[in-house]
Amino acid sequence: MPLSQEEIRGLERKAWDIRKSIIEITFTCGGSHLGGSLSQTDVLVALYYKYLNIDPAKPDWEDRDRFILSKGHGGVGWAAVLGDKGYFDKALLKNFNKTGSPFGMHLDSLKVKGCDASTGSLGHGLAIATGLAIGAKLQKKPFRTYCMMGDGELCEGSVWEAAILAGHHKLDNLTAFVDRNRLMIDGPTESITTLEPLADKFKAFGWETLTIDGHEYAAIGGAIEQAWSIKGKPTMIICNTVKGKCVELMENQPSWHYGGLNSDLRDQALACIDSHYKTILG
Amino acid sequence: MAEGMSWSVTDGDKLTQAEIYGEVLSQLGDKYPDIVAITADLATSTKIGRFGKKYPERFINVGIAENSMFGLAAGLALAGLRPVVSTFAVFTALRSAEQVRTDICYQNLNVKIISTHAGISFGQAGSTHHCTEDLAVMRSFPNMTVIAPADGIETGNAVAAAMELPGPVYIRIGRGFEPPVYKDQNYGFAIGKAITMRDGKDITLIACGVGVLQAMRAAEVLDKQGLSVRVINMHTIKPIDRDIIVKAVQETRRIVTIEDHSIMGGLGTAVGEVIVESGKACGFKKLGVPDCFSIVGYPEDLYHHYKFDADGIVETVGELMRREIEEDEDWEDEA
Repeated sequence: MPLSQEEIRGLERKAWDIRKSIIEITFTCGGSHLGGSLSQTDVLVALYYKYLNIDPAKPDWEDRDRFILSKGHGGVGWAAVLGDKGYFDKALLKNFNKTGSPFGMHLDSLKVKGCDASTGSLGHGLAIATGLAIGAKLQKKPFRTYCMMGDGELCEGSVWEAAILAGHHKLDNLTAFVDRNRLMIDGPTESITTLEPLADKFKAFGWETLTIDGHEYAAIGGAIEQAWSIKGKPTMIICNTVKGKCVELMENQPSWHYGGLNSDLRDQALACIDSHYKTILG
Repeated sequence: MAEGMSWSVTDGDKLTQAEIYGEVLSQLGDKYPDIVAITADLATSTKIGRFGKKYPERFINVGIAENSMFGLAAGLALAGLRPVVSTFAVFTALRSAEQVRTDICYQNLNVKIISTHAGISFGQAGSTHHCTEDLAVMRSFPNMTVIAPADGIETGNAVAAAMELPGPVYIRIGRGFEPPVYKDQNYGFAIGKAITMRDGKDITLIACGVGVLQAMRAAEVLDKQGLSVRVINMHTIKPIDRDIIVKAVQETRRIVTIEDHSIMGGLGTAVGEVIVESGKACGFKKLGVPDCFSIVGYPEDLYHHYKFDADGIVETVGELMRREIEEDEDWEDEA
């Protein structure tokens, strides 16, 4: 069922909080992967606040839906969501990156409740997600597996190994996303190593592909629900996004892949985010 | 583990390590309904395919794609299953080292890896298919248990025991056409507990894998020369049995290690670390593949060439026996 206007406004409000948390945590922790955390936020918010079948009070529930953040450097954004969902006391996030803290910039599944797999080394997540999806089918379990990849990591050969495998096994319980912000650390994906035509590539590997605006909740929700209805193949949702979304000075800037914030920059970023949401939410 | 209960093979002395592995894994399939066997186009070569024939619904062949295979195994383990993965050692330990480390060991997942064609046992294939680095790589991964069984019988025991040990386990076997060391499986195998194959007081041979057979052969020759040789089967490289090593240092004062692996980083290095940390004087020599890419040839010829067959061991023992070992003042200290 399409998201109602009220639901969309609720998700936007949540994304507002999450984006501000990302800025606050980054200010406290000294530095984080801001650009990609801001670009992935809307898909994560849609999943965690609407679509995932999860119970933060039971993080080890066997039949919960699984989410694998293959682009593990988005950990600061993911941690902001998990903390807000109540997997842990979000006040703990003030220790992000601190010595001895359970929260490093790439989340550790043995230390962070709600983190279904430790990721960070790029190109690994889709294979793990494929294992979870096959595992669900073998055990006749109802859960779905979701995996979010960065576009930069699509250069890794292991992604395409997993894509072949998931296509071969017709994993219709697997939905993957590409956070297509078009930037890697060193510059635009298309000038470093061409990824396009990206949808065609996954299609050729046996996937259903959907291409959407990764910041539009109606589109995100529509694609996720469409993927549920597709039988006999996995679905890849290519989400066109903006790296650094909602913080003007960071948007589309490769240099903001990773960075720290002083109090001036923090205030500027928070003001930018507030202004964005005040405009769209009225 | 209830020994002798979990598995049995007839004509075990005629089967290779891999054949016994494939048979034992198939026999464990009923006891462990959560086993999922995985390979990368080496179902036949590694013998994991025997499990696949018996349980086709619990068998996944990913094609020639080892990196995603180990990620897949991690995902299956996260879904609550018990993946067993087989490919050649070189692909596990080198090509997919990062997936094994980061996806499996970092998350302490219950994945069992049985790698075949380890060392230079696939002699004619050359260095692209040899693996003289896997023990060094695997034992450096936290959470990983590393086992190099002496023969097929011990491989069966190791596979059965690994199923009862939560967390990642790496078992490496050779191509293995050598005769077995053990006649039956009931000799007290336990992960992390080395086996004294024969006692002796003049020198100790500590071996793993095919090295155990070579050490036993050498000990017979040396026995005829009047030397009392202790032979220890150090089937578990990690966690290593420190006590048995320190005892051998104290009681025989000379140790030779034998392994089908580089002399850098494997059994010899692991034993040497224990010796040095013991603070006791000990004559010590590592036998295995020196710091080179091996020549091509039949495995038995290569073992001879690199002097870790019985002849080479006898030669090295002779050299070590001629060396003066200075006694420590506190020689009788606790082990």
